[in-house]
Amino acid sequence: MDGIPISWFLTLSAILFALGVAGFLFRRNIITVFMSIELMLNAVNLSFITFSYKLQKVDGHLLAFFVMVVAAAEAAVGLAIILTVFKNRSTLNIDDIDTLKN
Amino acid sequence: MDVILFLIFATIAVVCAINVVVQTHPISSALSLVGVMGSLAVLYLLLGAEFIAAAQVIVYAGAIMVLFIFVIMLLNAGAEVKKGQSTMALFLGVPLLAGLLIVMCWYLQSWFPIGTTVHFGGFQSTAPHTGPLAQSGGSAHEVGIALFTRYLLPFEVTSVLILIAILGAIVLARKEID
Amino acid sequence: MDAFIIISLAKILVVFAVLMTTLAYLQWVERKVIAHIQVRPGPYRVGPHGLLQPLADVIKLITKEDLVPPYVNKPLYLLAPFLAITMALLSISVIPFGPSITVAGHTTFMQLTDLNMGVLFVLAVSSLGVYGIALAGWSSNNKYALIGGLRSSAQMISYELPLSLAIAAPLLISNTLSLRELVDKQDGGIWHWNLIHGGQIISFIIFLIAAFAETNRVPFDLPEAENELVAGFHTEYSSMKFASFFMAEYANMITVSCMATLLFLGGWGAPWPAEYGSSLVPAVIFAFAGVVALYHGINAERRRDKKTFPVFGVIFLIIAVVFLLPMVQGWLVPLFWFCAKTGGILFTFMWIRGTLPRFRYDQLMGFTWKFLFPVAVLNLLVTGFVVALLP
Repeated sequence: MDGIPISWFLTLSAILFALGVAGFLFRRNIITVFMSIELMLNAVNLSFITFSYKLQKVDGHLLAFFVMVVAAAEAAVGLAIILTVFKNRSTLNIDDIDTLKN
Repeated sequence: MDVILFLIFATIAVVCAINVVVQTHPISSALSLVGVMGSLAVLYLLLGAEFIAAAQVIVYAGAIMVLFIFVIMLLNAGAEVKKGQSTMALFLGVPLLAGLLIVMCWYLQSWFPIGTTVHFGGFQSTAPHTGPLAQSGGSAHEVGIALFTRYLLPFEVTSVLILIAILGAIVLARKEID
Repeated sequence: MDAFIIISLAKILVVFAVLMTTLAYLQWVERKVIAHIQVRPGPYRVGPHGLLQPLADVIKLITKEDLVPPYVNKPLYLLAPFLAITMALLSISVIPFGPSITVAGHTTFMQLTDLNMGVLFVLAVSSLGVYGIALAGWSSNNKYALIGGLRSSAQMISYELPLSLAIAAPLLISNTLSLRELVDKQDGGIWHWNLIHGGQIISFIIFLIAAFAETNRVPFDLPEAENELVAGFHTEYSSMKFASFFMAEYANMITVSCMATLLFLGGWGAPWPAEYGSSLVPAVIFAFAGVVALYHGINAERRRDKKTFPVFGVIFLIIAVVFLLPMVQGWLVPLFWFCAKTGGILFTFMWIRGTLPRFRYDQLMGFTWKFLFPVAVLNLLVTGFVVALLP
């Protein structure tokens, strides 16, 4: 074939998103959970750019750019929160940060 | 040629993503995530998104992941301890996951039949403001024009968002001075 | 298609060979320059005027025992120098060294590949270069290496911000991201260069300062200083891996000097047009150097100089004659101007190394965040205003 079918890109995006969800649900280390969120955001970016190619418009690229910017802001604040949590609880295991539970 | 490139980098992306989820030490997960972002940048280049590919490497792989690696090195929490793994869950879960993925791929295939194919250079800009030479549709020129005309309000709002994030991060991570 | 592959392979081989030799001899030049600043001869004994010193260093580094300590994190320990040198060499692939050259009927650019977003490529690759240093510090399992690695990577990513803003200002004027087009737009003489015509003097200074910090050079080399942190992030490395970090640092220096030349100093353009004789300048310079070397060879004080200086004088005179040949002037003279400008900036790197003391780490970080970054933003703002308001 002379090109790659569009559905392959979307399948790859779906697989990466599913792996991100799996990491988010099953991992106990808070930083790994955070990285799974970033994986999900990357998968969505791939999806945006694929559709932008299909529709031959540049707007998908812009949306992917904004997703990247928001991910950067979220990573900065999230990691600061993780640092504060570690300073107070001395653990990165999310099972041990449960003082709000009754 | 494009198909081979896609298959190679898609395989690298999936293997690195599985590594992110499976590895015990956060540093290995972080480096695998950098691998995912790098291979995604190559896939963006295949889709004609040159500016986004460069932004992905500069911002995501070169700044955000360095931040992650800094925090992991500073906290030095070590590898995760696995407790309570049931093999039954593994036996039931993985075939179900594979089945779900196959159904999903079949649906995606039927919605987007083979008609549209992606090949390198297939996204060309057709706008009248380009010069005599055709540019890639995802070049910095195109993205810049769209960013500062149609998407100006979201652009300004994200600037304020980044400012808020900077202030939040500084306040949260600051040591008390007394 | 075949001719393209063969030409590309040939270009890669030539650039690689020249680059590796330049890296080795750049170290010789640095040692000589710093030595003469400190009024001592520098490498003098190994070969005439120490010219075989880099060869001796390479032999020493290759034959040294390649010790991998047992307490390091092996995969990351082996990955770090590989990443550092790969990223450093990768950014050379988009740097144009001159106009097009015709060999055996095939015309090709003097550049490995002309990306239309070349500037972003160089920025991306230098962002990835931080990983080599961070991973080297972490995997060495050594307090000093970890602190050195973290400090060095924090410094590098902090100085990437003023660097990018200082790069953005001449891009506003030249309106292109391709490195070859940047030079083509600064064609015509010194009054068209972005430094003079675009008024980018502040951007140039900010770029140079940020480049010093990006490449971990004095005055920003605290993370790898010998008398501060043992040897910083490359404490636990020996032999070829240590040599990789060294080569990566010099390759980064070459890259930022080439970028400064392309962005601000007009690339391979001569300072005044060729009609007024700028093609004769290289020949004149080399002839003058040859005459000076011959004169000093005849009236030399040291016995060894009586034999070596005249040889150098003759070599320089031969090179001067080569520059006068009409068939090589099309590509050799622009290449000379490019190398002269890049060499000037590299000499500034070495000059400052021999002159200034080093910053303390908190002074370094305070300098970028409280002074350099706001100045770079203001500079970009003013440039934007001028570009928008002037016709």
